[in-house]
Amino acid sequence: MELNQIINPANKVYSRPALLSENTMHYCPGCSHGVVHKIIAELIDEMGQQENTIGVAPVGCAVFAYNYIDVDWVEAAHGRAPALATAVKRLNPEKLVFTYQGDGDISAIGTAETIHAANRGENIAIIFINNGIYGMTGGQMAPTTLEGQKTATTPYGRRVDLNGYPLAISTLLAQLDGTCYVTRQAVHTAAAARKAKSAIKKAFQNALAGRGTSVVEIVGTCSSGWKLSPRASNAWMEENMFEKYPLGDLKNADVEK
Amino acid sequence: MAKVHGAVVIDEERCKGCDLCVAACPTKVLLLKDKEVNNRGYHYAYMAQPEACIGCSSCAIVCPDACIEVYRVVEK
Ligand SMILES: Cc1ncc(C[n+]2csc(CCOP(=O)(O)OP(=O)(O)O)c2C)c(N)n1
Ligand code: SF4
Ligand code: SF4
Ligand code: SF4
Repeated sequence: MELNQIINPANKVYSRPALLSENTMHYCPGCSHGVVHKIIAELIDEMGQQENTIGVAPVGCAVFAYNYIDVDWVEAAHGRAPALATAVKRLNPEKLVFTYQGDGDISAIGTAETIHAANRGENIAIIFINNGIYGMTGGQMAPTTLEGQKTATTPYGRRVDLNGYPLAISTLLAQLDGTCYVTRQAVHTAAAARKAKSAIKKAFQNALAGRGTSVVEIVGTCSSGWKLSPRASNAWMEENMFEKYPLGDLKNADVEK
Repeated sequence: MAKVHGAVVIDEERCKGCDLCVAACPTKVLLLKDKEVNNRGYHYAYMAQPEACIGCSSCAIVCPDACIEVYRVVEK
């Protein structure tokens, strides 16, 4: 069959999500943020929530998320997204409210806001991209940085005696009574990205139905911070990140009931 | 037996040459251009072996910049 017979609108099975703007994303080549943006844009469209969604953007590389996904957004100060989302959701209880946060945002400067929003059981979805590093500011150590991992501020590798242990904040959040769903996913393969999409869908449904706080952690790569190619970053992530941050559900109130 | 034909259309100017689609393709359809670059200077992805495409969308799903459209025909 000739290419021009195949490339025909009737045969289209995958297109650029309608809710992704035409802007070129500023992310580095291969950055996981782009894949997660795409999934969120697809889901909001498929769930018919474009007019009913308010995202809360972080400080970190995803600070310009509002330029890429065509829904309403507010921009939080660094780490404060769950506090801002609390206000947005309480004032607009019928809206789909979600935060989008990096590991530095959620588990360093924003730890208090995150834990207390989740402990209050705010009806929001928290989308958390864990790339184990501060990407935006040039690859410094984050609380999530692995033991031995080299960063700009741990040039000889993270030392537990000096820097403490890597923080698995989703595991902590799963212990809180306010969370209904906590899961850890990835987007490095098509199969993983499909599962991540179902997880984010469930989190959005929970937020709409008022079931409490949902947290979807996406273990992702930061090839610039890690100083590896995007392909090598995926391999490094599978080999190293998944041991400390294993994929799968940490809490699913539906199933437990 | 039904035969599946696939094809992708890549937005070459949007592509950042990250190589993740190349890695994701189960039938080794895609490669990055060896010499040519787009306006941003990236070696963009292209169908090096179009006849092997099965339209599975794996490349499009992992593409961080949403550059890939996928087409699929099942010939009975
Ligand atoms: C109050 C405040 N403190 C510090 C900073 C500097 N800063 C900007 S982004 C960032 C960390 C970003 O890391 P992360 O949240 O993991 O996101 P990533 O860039 O990796 O996606 C820091 C410390 C800031 N912008 N505001
Ligand atoms: S610095 Fe890291 S997190 Fe930021 S855009 Fe580049 S790869 Fe992505
Ligand atoms: S649609 Fe599937 S077979 Fe075709 S290029 Fe993409 S990954 Fe390869
Ligand atoms: S995954 Fe997308 S951006 Fe990366 S090389 Fe392929 S088409 Fe280009």
